[in-house]
Amino acid sequence: MTTHYLVLSGLLFAIGAMGVLIRRNAIVVFMCVELMLNACNLAFVTFSRQVGNLEGQIIAFFVMVVAAAEVVVGLAIIVTIFRTRRSASVDDANLLKY
Amino acid sequence: MNSIPAPTIEYGTLAPLLVVFAAAVIGVLVEAFAPRYLRKAIHVPLTLLSLLGAFALVLVQVLRGRVSTTASAMGAVAVDGPALFIWGVILVLSFVCVLLINDEGHFVASAAAVPGSADEEEAESMSGGVGHTEVYPLVLFAVGGMLLFPASHDLLTMFVALEVMSLPLYLLCGLARRRRLLSQEASMKYFLLGAFSSAFFLYGTAMVYGYAGTVSLPGINQALAVGASLDPLLMIGLALLGVGLLFKIGAAPFQAWKPDVYQGAPTPITALMASGTLVAAVGAVLRVFWVGLGNLDWNWRPVIWVVAALTMVVGSVLAITQTEIKRMLAYSSIAHAGFLLVGVMATFATPEQNAVSLKAVLFYLAVYGFTTVGAFAIVTLVRDPGGEAGHLSRWAGLGKRAPVLAGVFAFFLLAFAGIPLTSGFFGKYAVFAAALNSGTQPGDSMGGWMAGLVVVGVVASAVAAFFYVRVIVLMFFSEPAADGPAIAVPTAGTVAVIALALLVTVGVGLYPESVLGVADDAASSLFIR
Repeated sequence: MTTHYLVLSGLLFAIGAMGVLIRRNAIVVFMCVELMLNACNLAFVTFSRQVGNLEGQIIAFFVMVVAAAEVVVGLAIIVTIFRTRRSASVDDANLLKY
Repeated sequence: MNSIPAPTIEYGTLAPLLVVFAAAVIGVLVEAFAPRYLRKAIHVPLTLLSLLGAFALVLVQVLRGRVSTTASAMGAVAVDGPALFIWGVILVLSFVCVLLINDEGHFVASAAAVPGSADEEEAESMSGGVGHTEVYPLVLFAVGGMLLFPASHDLLTMFVALEVMSLPLYLLCGLARRRRLLSQEASMKYFLLGAFSSAFFLYGTAMVYGYAGTVSLPGINQALAVGASLDPLLMIGLALLGVGLLFKIGAAPFQAWKPDVYQGAPTPITALMASGTLVAAVGAVLRVFWVGLGNLDWNWRPVIWVVAALTMVVGSVLAITQTEIKRMLAYSSIAHAGFLLVGVMATFATPEQNAVSLKAVLFYLAVYGFTTVGAFAIVTLVRDPGGEAGHLSRWAGLGKRAPVLAGVFAFFLLAFAGIPLTSGFFGKYAVFAAALNSGTQPGDSMGGWMAGLVVVGVVASAVAAFFYVRVIVLMFFSEPAADGPAIAVPTAGTVAVIALALLVTVGVGLYPESVLGVADDAASSLFIR
């Protein structure tokens, strides 16, 4: 019964990972990371149902808190770099290489 | 209605962790309520004393012989012998890094101001060169995360610790006073890649939870002992967990962030990341693979073999082409992560063999951490008008203008290369000997392959020695440029850092028993399983 949810979770994770790799705007890249975290949450809750204990559901709460903290830090960094460069593209930030 | 039983928390055992986190929270309050001119005067003693106090609490546990043999806080944190050793090392290294952070001129006064704007000038003039004092609580939070990371006894605690450690570091990377664009870029790259890798870690945790029905490390190991070990759920989970952990230690093919971040970050923060974070992450890798996946060594050891070999080769070979001193040290750090993975490969099988390899890895971590901090402390002193003199060509002839400084730096480089009479030699020797020994044990699934890995390691060390020696030749056997970099007069803190690093590097090189004995005591009690 729970297989569909796992497939959905896997799809969301894959879409998120793909987005991180191919999108160019730092905000969108970051949103894709959040999508991956939410895919994890869905997997945790589904497995919690499947194995019959509450651990997975509790983990989902922790992940939400961590994701919120990550948003605070991430947006601060991206906004700062946008103000400096007038661009949030990850391709434009190319001073550090080789 | 069933009542919820109250959890038991071993405050005495967890005290070092709690002291660091409490000081970090107090630091945030200081930021909020203390006037600007007082902040640094409060932060510096608060930070240093809390790290010292936490270290004293670790010592108390060790000296009273009360190293716990069960996991604390309802099985969430395991403060065992190896964890206490790692805690001690991280606390001393972060104390030393805070001494570097104290120096003026490393941190921007207002990270939010656009570089070169009037806002930034105003903030600079108001702060009087002190820069962001938020650095201190951020460092304490990062150190707290580093302490929790290798001591986590379940994957959820480990994930939270990973984030508590990483989030402040992402911010700290962006706070360099000079070369703001590089610093911000390093911060963004580190953040995006770090968040990406921790999402992998979390999805791996979810898969392992689905397989084992628990995220506790010993629980996972028990489930592995009875279940089918080729379940795809488990294989995916193992691979994703590995990605998350190997990213943190900067093993190939997840090493791309390291040079960029090490170069862009303020140098004292680079020193903290290169020492403390590496120690914490290797500790976590050891714990996950030995406590959580010990029954699955047939599956993970061949993979780690390839990763270790690749990491050593990539780190050593790419370092040769570098022209920037911090970047070169970053590639050297990647190579060292590979040498450490050789030791991780050997930690398994019988408890005796495991204790030998664990001892080698712990010893390596301790001595490498100090040498790294010393090397980065010297990098902070060689300055151009626009900040630190990063380009290697600027270091030409430094041995003629500042013989002592260049001599000490050359010594640290020799220790990185693993030349006898330095601590680095014994670190490498211990790790390689443990790997060879493990290959000859009956029942080792890798057998002769361990010897092969050691051969790769020795060849990589030889390649690495080439670029370390190249820098030494550059410093001592070429003419200094007329407009060469200025050597800043070091503050008492920086002198203390370099002196301590030199003392450990020379001292352990002459008397390795001093640290080996402590590492042996710590390792002999093994991780709690």
